Amino acid sequence: MAARLMQGNEACVEGALAAGCRFFAGYPITPSSEIAELLSRRLPQVGGHFIQMEDEIASIAAVIGASVGGVKAMTATSGPGFSLMQENIGYAAMAEIPCVIVDVQRTGPSTGLPTKPSQGDVMQARWGTHGDHPIIVLSPSSVLEAFLLTVRAFNLSEKYRSPVILLMDEVVGHMRERVELPPRETLEITDRVAAHVPPEWYFPFEDPSTDVPPLAPFGEGYRYHITGLFHDRAGFPTERVDEIDPWIARVFGKINQHLSDVLSWEEDFPAGSRVLVVAYGATARAARHAVKLARAKRYKVGFLKLETIWPFPEEVTERLARQCKRVIVPEMNLGQLALEVERVVGRQKVRRVNRANGEMITPQQILAAIEEK
Amino acid sequence: MYRYLRRHKKFPNVWCPGCGIGIVMSAIIRAIDRLGWEKDDIAMISGIGCSGRMPVYMDFNTMHTTHGRALAFATGLKMVKPEMHVIAIMGDGDALAIGGNHFIHAARRNIGITSIVINNSVYGMTGGQYSPTTPTGSLATTAPYGNIDQPFPICELAIAAGATFVARGTVYHAVELDRLIEKALVHEGFSVVEAVSYCHTTFGRINKLGTAVDMLRWQKENSVTREAAAKMTPEQLQGKIVRGIFHEREFPEYTAAYAKIIEQAMAGQRRV
Ligand SMILES: Cc1ncc(C[n+]2csc(CCOP(=O)(O)OP(=O)(O)O)c2C)c(N)n1
Repeated sequence: MAARLMQGNEACVEGALAAGCRFFAGYPITPSSEIAELLSRRLPQVGGHFIQMEDEIASIAAVIGASVGGVKAMTATSGPGFSLMQENIGYAAMAEIPCVIVDVQRTGPSTGLPTKPSQGDVMQARWGTHGDHPIIVLSPSSVLEAFLLTVRAFNLSEKYRSPVILLMDEVVGHMRERVELPPRETLEITDRVAAHVPPEWYFPFEDPSTDVPPLAPFGEGYRYHITGLFHDRAGFPTERVDEIDPWIARVFGKINQHLSDVLSWEEDFPAGSRVLVVAYGATARAARHAVKLARAKRYKVGFLKLETIWPFPEEVTERLARQCKRVIVPEMNLGQLALEVERVVGRQKVRRVNRANGEMITPQQILAAIEEK
Repeated sequence: MYRYLRRHKKFPNVWCPGCGIGIVMSAIIRAIDRLGWEKDDIAMISGIGCSGRMPVYMDFNTMHTTHGRALAFATGLKMVKPEMHVIAIMGDGDALAIGGNHFIHAARRNIGITSIVINNSVYGMTGGQYSPTTPTGSLATTAPYGNIDQPFPICELAIAAGATFVARGTVYHAVELDRLIEKALVHEGFSVVEAVSYCHTTFGRINKLGTAVDMLRWQKENSVTREAAAKMTPEQLQGKIVRGIFHEREFPEYTAAYAKIIEQAMAGQRRV
C-alpha cells in the first residue's frame, strides 16, 4: 500500500477491517468518534454491519451478540462510555466471547477533559469489571501501531476467546502521521477455532485437548447455553466448587500459559545502562526522545516500550530493571502502571513522572528525571 | 413438548411451585411447535431474573445475558444472523426498568425480534421489591407503606415507541397466550407480547392475594378480551386486564433495511 497521511483512529479502522471485523456497535464520544464514523461507511462496503446503539451498555452487548453469531466484532469509546461497558466486558470474559473494545482515553474522572489526552484508564482496563478474570490490554504509541495492534487485538481475542482492550489515548487517536500500511497478504490473521465434532459431543466450555475450546456460532447446528453465571462445561449454571475451580484455572491459564504469544514490547537497552525508562502509549514517544537527548549527554539509559500492558510484562521489566539503579515511569495519570513496575522491581527504584491535567509529558520533563541523582 | 426441553439439564427448575413462568414457557413451545420451526434456527436470549432463567431449559441456541440487556445482545445477533428467529425473554424489571431504554429503541428500530415480557408486577428473583409494573398502592419489600409510583402500561409504551406488533395475554388464558405468541413470532418486525403472570411467593404473600391458584382465579375474573372491553365504560374497565392484539402495522424491518444498505454500498453507491 502507498504511504499516506493517516490518523490513529483511521488506522484503527483499517486494522479492524484487515483483521476481518465485520460488526461494529457504538455510541459517539470524543475522541473515538472517527472510528464509528469511518466504519459506518466502510463496513457495509465489505458486507459488514454497523449500528449506532442507544448507549455504550447496549453497544458492547450488541458486539457480544454479534460475536456469538460468528462474526468478528468491536466497539470504540472513551472513558465515560468505557465505564458503562464494564459489566458486559465481564460477561464476555465469563462467557469467553471474543470481542475488541477500543478505549481512546481522555482526561477524567467523569466528563473530564473531552479532547485532552490521558492514560487514566490503565487500572480500569484491568479491574473495571467486578470479580476475577484475565484480560488482555494493548496500547499503541503511533499511527502505524494503532493499525498493527488492532489486528493483534482481534487475533488474540479470537485465539483466546477473550475480550481484548485496545487502550489508545487521544494523542495517538487524533495524531496524523505518514504511514505505509503492510499489505493484507503479509498480515497474520487468526480466526477462532470452529467446532468439528458432532453436536452431541460438543462442549463449548471444555475441550480436553486445549485450554481454548472451539466456539460454535449460533444457528449452525450446535445448540448450547451461554450464561454469565458460573457454568459447567456444557454452559449450564453451576455452584459446584469442583466445576468452578477448574474453570478459573483454565481461563486464567489459557492466557498466563501463553505469555510469550500475548506479550509484546520493544527494548532498546545498551549494555551498561544504569537507568531504565519504561513507557507506553503516546508517552513512549516523549520518553524515546528523552532517552535520545540523555544519551547525547552520555547518560547510560535503556528504554522499554510496552505494547501489551495487561497481563503486565513482568519478566522483561524485571530483567532490564535488575541491571539498573533507577527506573523511570512517565505516564499521563498519577501513577497507575508505575504501581505494577513497583510491584516487580521494588518501590525504592521507581521514579514516577506524572501529569493528569490534559497536557502531554514533555521529553524535557523525562530528561530531568533521568538527570536526577 | 419434551422435544423442546434439554435432555441433559437437570430438572426440576429454579421456579417456585405454581409459578406462572412455566406456563409462559409451555405457551412458547406450543407456538413454536405449531410453526414447525427448526430448533437450530431459533435463538432465545434472556436477561436476569426468574424469567431470565427460562432459556436454560429449552433446547435452542440460548443465551442468558445481563440484567436488562437481553434486547441489546439480541440486536447484535439478529443483525449478523437475520435469518434466525430471535426471541427475547424478559421480566418486567428487565424490560422496563434497567432495560427500558433498550426496549423503546429496539421498538423504534423495528428490528425483527420477538419480545416476551413476563409481567409479574414485582422483582421476583431479588425478593419482591417494587418494579415498574407494581400497581400504585400495592405493598412490596421496598414499598412497606405502599407503592406511590404509577405502573408502566407495557403495551401502550411499546406502541408509542414504534413496535409493529403488540399483544397482551394472561397465563390463566394459556391457550390464547400461545396463539398470541405464535402471531408475534411470525410477525416481520419488532413484536411484543406482554404475558401477564403473577408472583404468589413475593407479591402475592405481602399483598395477601392468596395462593397461585387464587391469583390465577383473579386473572380469570378480572380480565376481558379487547372485543369485550370495547363495549365497556371506563368505570367498568377500572382494574381490568385487557387481552388481545392491540397493534399490528407494517414498517420496514431493520435488518432487511440494512441489507439494502449493504447491497448499495457494495455496488459503490453512496446513498440508499
Ligand atoms: C445490574 C444489576 N442490577 C441488579 C441486579 C439484581 N437483580 C437480579 S434479578 C432482578 C430483578 C428481576 O425482576 P424482573 O426483571 O421483573 O424479573 P422476575 O425475577 O420478576 O422474573 C434484579 C434487580 C442484577 N442482577 N444486575
